[in-house]
Amino acid sequence: MSDVLAGKPDLRRRGPSLSYAVVNTALRFSPLLLLALGWEFLGLSGLVSQQMLPGLGEIFSAFSAMLFGGDLLYNTARSISRAATGLGAAIVIGVAAGLLMASFRTVRLLINPIVQIFYPMPKSALIPVVMIWLGLGDSSKILLIFLGCLLPVVVGTYNGARGVNPFLLWSASSLGASRFEVLREVVLRAAMPDILNGCRTALAFSFILMVSSEFVIATDGVGFMISSLGDGGQYPAMFAAIFFVAGIGFAADRLYAMLSRRLLRWREA
Amino acid sequence: MMNMAQARPLADARKSPVQKAPAPRPARSISPQVVDIGVQVAVVVVLAGIWEFGARFGALNPFLLPPLSMVLVRIWEDLIAGTVPVDLGLTLYRALTGFAIGAVIGIPVGILMARSAVVRWFFDPLVSIGFPMPKIAFLPIFILWFDIYDTSKIIMVAFSCFFPIVAATYAGCSSLDKWPIWSARCFGAKERELLWEVYLPMAMPQILTGLQVALPVGMITTIVTEMLMGGRGVGGAMIMAGRFADSVGVFAGIVQIILLGFVVVKSVELIRRRILIWHPESRR
Repeated sequence: MSDVLAGKPDLRRRGPSLSYAVVNTALRFSPLLLLALGWEFLGLSGLVSQQMLPGLGEIFSAFSAMLFGGDLLYNTARSISRAATGLGAAIVIGVAAGLLMASFRTVRLLINPIVQIFYPMPKSALIPVVMIWLGLGDSSKILLIFLGCLLPVVVGTYNGARGVNPFLLWSASSLGASRFEVLREVVLRAAMPDILNGCRTALAFSFILMVSSEFVIATDGVGFMISSLGDGGQYPAMFAAIFFVAGIGFAADRLYAMLSRRLLRWREA
Repeated sequence: MMNMAQARPLADARKSPVQKAPAPRPARSISPQVVDIGVQVAVVVVLAGIWEFGARFGALNPFLLPPLSMVLVRIWEDLIAGTVPVDLGLTLYRALTGFAIGAVIGIPVGILMARSAVVRWFFDPLVSIGFPMPKIAFLPIFILWFDIYDTSKIIMVAFSCFFPIVAATYAGCSSLDKWPIWSARCFGAKERELLWEVYLPMAMPQILTGLQVALPVGMITTIVTEMLMGGRGVGGAMIMAGRFADSVGVFAGIVQIILLGFVVVKSVELIRRRILIWHPESRR
């Protein structure tokens, strides 16, 4: 499931020319156009009120007004900076913790029960807790995103590091590598596919937690923007902001997939 | 790494399958498994102790982390007052109903995507865009369309569970080994029989994995919807407690949610083991 696009040979065949690829992409995404047409039709036909389903043109003009004149970019930057800080800290600490858990029995025995208890907990339940701890500012949301993203990274790293081929470990140590060098040069690299998978889950979580914490407690950020537009009845702008956030989430995942393919170039597919 | 799938690396050599069935020998000492479990239970007990006594004796700020005993007493009081079962029940009802709707729609769509070019053409771009995007952002739309009561919550949960389930089902059904399908056809199986007897069982591990991904997502979504729209349910109760700076209430909610999440996730694992009892993965 790492790549939902896998397994469609007929649509993904590499064409000989650029125009072929363009036509292919257009064909591939034509259902979206169909949906857009259906959306417009429902709105125009009067079956659904314009309030509930604003026209796409209206949404688009609201979007460009927000983009050029409004505070969409500012709020997006605020949200992304929170998500990136929390996610970055979670990846650094999570990878370290996962590697240590896989290498040292003591560490595993100490950390494993905590992971076992907190892994199944829906992380959004921590929103009121970070609100009590750190108030309504940036730090509470960063902590929430950090906590939410930590466990997928830890578990992914741990599983990856435990699955390393022991021959690699033995030959590295017999060539004179110290325990730390083995960890850095062999285990970390061999576990990279699993680590990257864990980080991808964490990336998705960071977006979910970013948006939902901003819905509940915030004074700025895209989630706050969406909910205040909704409260103010500015529905075309609200739809525009929602589609924008969804698009960012999608783009982030695509970028991440490209990055991890690059990082894993050495692997025989 | 494929040929070494059996070998257990690093510090975990104890669990290697070679040693799993040892020749019976006199028990000289306590087995390492027992030590492991003992240490891990001890870690939990020590943490709970630090929580309780740290808060009680002022090392931790009792507002930021109220003593465990106070939290447990609060849960007990609420249990007697009858709010705990109502809140937990409502949360569980919304999460499971939304999840079930997502599964009932998602699994057939995933199967059809793997089997029919038209369905695949239509759903493939939707799923590839919908799978990675943060579904929770659509919550205000569902509130606008379906009001703030159970309907919009359940639809939101179903919407966020749908994508992981479809993606996993599709991936599971489109990478099937063709030999069993061919031999079933040779034996004269009809398409319907093929579906129930071959495709579904073969794709079942991946479908179940998709469900196991979707259920926690559904719980996260349920809690957020409850926090945002208020009303009964664990999320609503917690955010109310948070707004009134009632930290004992917040932590009472956290403890309940941890228990709920633990029970739900573990029962799904049990169900998976039961359904896949025939599968090689259960022999591990």
